[in-house]
Amino acid sequence: MSITVRNLTKFYGQEKAVDDISFDVKTGEILGFLGPNGAGKTTTMKIITCYMPPSGGTVSVDDYDIAEHSLEVRKKIGYLPELNPLYLDMNVMEYLEYSAQLHGVPKAEIRPRLRDMVDVCGLTSVRHKDIGELSKGYRQRVGLAQAMIHDPDVLILDEPTSGLDPNQIVEIRNLIRKLGRAKTVILSTHILSEVQATCDRVIIINDGKIAANGTPDQLQTEFHGSEIITMELKANVENGMTDIFPKIKALAHVENVQYQNPSPGVHHLIVTAAKGQDIREEIFRQAVAEKWVLLEMHREATSLEEIFHKLTTVN
Amino acid sequence: MDFNLKKFLAEYSNVGPIFRKELRSYFNSAVAYVVIVVFLAIVGWFFTSNLFLMDVASLRTMFEVIPVVFLFIIPAITMRLLSEEKKSGTIELLTTKPVSDSEIVLGKFFAGWALVGLAMLPTLLYYITTGILGSIDNGPVIGGYFGLLLMAGVYVAIGLFASSLTDNQVVAFILGFVFVFILYMLDKVLFYVPEWMATTIEFLGIDYHLSNVARGVIDSRDVIYFFSMLGFMLLLSVGSLQRRKW
Repeated sequence: MSITVRNLTKFYGQEKAVDDISFDVKTGEILGFLGPNGAGKTTTMKIITCYMPPSGGTVSVDDYDIAEHSLEVRKKIGYLPELNPLYLDMNVMEYLEYSAQLHGVPKAEIRPRLRDMVDVCGLTSVRHKDIGELSKGYRQRVGLAQAMIHDPDVLILDEPTSGLDPNQIVEIRNLIRKLGRAKTVILSTHILSEVQATCDRVIIINDGKIAANGTPDQLQTEFHGSEIITMELKANVENGMTDIFPKIKALAHVENVQYQNPSPGVHHLIVTAAKGQDIREEIFRQAVAEKWVLLEMHREATSLEEIFHKLTTVN
Repeated sequence: MDFNLKKFLAEYSNVGPIFRKELRSYFNSAVAYVVIVVFLAIVGWFFTSNLFLMDVASLRTMFEVIPVVFLFIIPAITMRLLSEEKKSGTIELLTTKPVSDSEIVLGKFFAGWALVGLAMLPTLLYYITTGILGSIDNGPVIGGYFGLLLMAGVYVAIGLFASSLTDNQVVAFILGFVFVFILYMLDKVLFYVPEWMATTIEFLGIDYHLSNVARGVIDSRDVIYFFSMLGFMLLLSVGSLQRRKW
């Protein structure tokens, strides 16, 4: 079940919320939608789920256009809206049954399907409680169970982990990984580690436009900055500033070195080298030659955080 | 043109689940009980206080009181139907499921209507009591109940429309009350309108048709009036629900 988005545009009055976005999601792919608040993530999702029509452009889910075959599209999609709205006065089983009915799950399949979802989402202990009495973590599971109740081919999850504590976030993330197998998933978030933990591909969206599109690895290579190496070494020298610092600084490609001397005999350096230059080998040889003991050496990868920050802040 | 009943029913298959969910939530919350108790208390008080005073075995006073009670009790029943979904955001869940806007409106409409029907059910006791106390003319009773049910249908449709206009239940209640009040008052202000408009205004007034039906004569013109008002308000509600797409 693939999703094709072409030249999608959405105006709220005069304001352009989504600006000519095009992308594809392949079958079985987990796509992360990343962007600051108000970037247009939720709007795009609301359009794909047929909640509101676009001002321009098209979206099709497996050749079904959202405008012409809205009901067909909605049958294939499981949706967890932002803030996870729920009927607080219904109990979990009632609510899931209601969702199953509305999704047209055949009567005979509803019971076993409910049992499955309650089981998979870990709702067994609370299944007869009113949703209003549940904690946020459980509510999020109910929201996911509701989105999955008809075994949809496409899952659209708008900030599935927002407002949860770190343990719950890990649980929900694992649940999405488990449920999202063999499904096409779009999930939005502004938590970057979430994307790295769950998604096959990332689209960074800012100000209604796509700022970057690729796998987390691709993005890291593409938006790579200069190399940063942190190291700690042990050496019996009088003064690190004069005996160690210049020798490192003199190595090829080194642009900058910061030196610290946290305790006697231990020297801490942060070395910045030119983009794409791995100078760890040279550092090691230098250390051997000088009889320094390398306690630690670490090359910092450009994190998604930096890429995100770079792409989404206005200069 | 051939009419395929099976296909038609399949197109509205979600009305049932929505109807049951709404009716259940009336009884899960206190709404249903408060409505039924208040309704019976007011109607019962007017019924008993007049029955012996007038010494006539008739339900006329009851049939005159109920339309007035409807004026505020039905907007109270309908006020949350759509406004609450809007406020809590569940409307987004509902409308992104393979459910048409007409199904949503119909399911909620029938649930509200059914609750009014359930509240009216115990008033049959007054009918039975009166029947024991003296001989009662059945024509006006059947006509009266029939008319009241249709009137309730129109009021519920109006209340539902009011609820679709806002995400605030209090606003929905007030709007609903104002709309049904205007409809109820139309045939009572004829004195103040120009003569050439009088018949039209009278025909638009709901109480005019109710009193026709309540005499025990069920005229197709009255029935058509009730159903066209009801249908028109439901269409408006569907249209209002689709405003999200503008």
